[in-house]
Amino acid sequence: MESRIRVLLLIACAIALSGCSMWPFHKKHALEPVPVDATTADGSAPAVVEPTVVRRKVKTPSIKNSNFELGPYVGTYSAQDFQVNPVIGARLAYHITEDFFTEVLIGQTHTGRTSYERLSGGANLLTDKQRTLTYYNLAFGYDLFPGEVFIGRRAFNSALYVEGGFGATHFAGDDRFTVMLGAGYRLLLNNWLTAHVDIRDHVFDLNLFGSTQTSHNLETGFGVTVFF
Amino acid sequence: MRKVLKLATLLILASAAGLAHSADDRRSYDREAGRHVEVLVADPYLELHTGPGRGYPVFRVIPRGEKIEILFSRTDWFRVRDEHDKEGWAKRSDMQETLLATGSKLPLDDFSHRDFDNQPLEAGAQTGNFGGGNVNSAYLGYSLNQNLAAELSVSQTLGTADNSVIALVGLTHSPRPDWRLAPFLQLGTGLINIQPKATIIAPANRREQIAYYGVGAKLYLTRRFILRADFRSYVIFTKLDKNEDRNEWKAGFGFFF
Repeated sequence: MESRIRVLLLIACAIALSGCSMWPFHKKHALEPVPVDATTADGSAPAVVEPTVVRRKVKTPSIKNSNFELGPYVGTYSAQDFQVNPVIGARLAYHITEDFFTEVLIGQTHTGRTSYERLSGGANLLTDKQRTLTYYNLAFGYDLFPGEVFIGRRAFNSALYVEGGFGATHFAGDDRFTVMLGAGYRLLLNNWLTAHVDIRDHVFDLNLFGSTQTSHNLETGFGVTVFF
Repeated sequence: MRKVLKLATLLILASAAGLAHSADDRRSYDREAGRHVEVLVADPYLELHTGPGRGYPVFRVIPRGEKIEILFSRTDWFRVRDEHDKEGWAKRSDMQETLLATGSKLPLDDFSHRDFDNQPLEAGAQTGNFGGGNVNSAYLGYSLNQNLAAELSVSQTLGTADNSVIALVGLTHSPRPDWRLAPFLQLGTGLINIQPKATIIAPANRREQIAYYGVGAKLYLTRRFILRADFRSYVIFTKLDKNEDRNEWKAGFGFFF
């Protein structure tokens, strides 16, 4: 019963919501048309002059935006206690202003064996499938030091940026809430091609060894992206 | 999750390769076809910077009456090419006084606030707390009018007892979108896929219908960029005797495009 009342309330809410938006809060009152008594000298109605000029259609020019960046990266992922391993990933970034950007990162690595597993001889803490580590991150970045670099006689735009984000890491059979802090360097090779060098710290809680401990996992990467 | 991520990675790699290809011919193709917008400098002069940022030095000044080609825009800057084939970056606000071939001004939307006609889409990411666990969420909204927006969102909750994935469709109503701190009400429904965590007996995943109502606020930081916080009350319509309630708060950022 309780849930039915709630459903009714929700429906009432929905109607009220959409009703409110229909209400013409911002509409200005239209002026009432005033009838004009116009007559010519002989008392007949005046002839209306039709303009002969044809109005030219002006097409608004469309200028291509180029605010998105997309591309792969490769590097190393140091999973705490599980060795340093190669990582592969991809990023999609959107530049909001000249200072701020936001990006989505996804990556995957296959972690190694802990020192305990190697020293003890046979005991494996994780199955092979559980060793695959996959992460996603929704990050927000700031171009801390934008500038130019000179290679020979040519100048290239670049930026040193910092970023922070949140996401999840799938590792050892579970999804774990992950906070990421990182910094990187972006070099624009031309109008659309860029090279990136990044370093990121992925922080998440792991409870494999009896008690929950916070693990810091450093990732370094080199990537290329395409602006579009 | 892994399968989805793998698929997404493949998709991204494939499209990056495609874009690299198309980005390359875009410039030359457009030039031959004459599809770049050409404008006349009507101000006494137009400054070209070496990069798309306020700190980059001015390396070239284009006098009044000269023609420039607009190649593309990035954030609030235009990449332009002058009559002598030199390329540089011009600030959007400096381009306001340039004239099209028709003699009219280059129509640039210069708005201190959000322009709902040109930027109907809003996207963002938020993190917070869902029924005691963590939640990550991404959303995409479309403005139906100044007050009402339809929103799609996907969330992942990471709790101690269970993880879940929630897909939602909803309505957001802002009574005062003109305020810098704009409050809103929201209402929606969707599906939740709950994956219980258990060490000994693993219960099966459950898929249930879910509905929510909530309040929130957006803080407009720049023309395109907002901070956003939501508080929502969820009802999970379970197949069991009793429905489950969850509260969620989350905060994050969003942008319009």
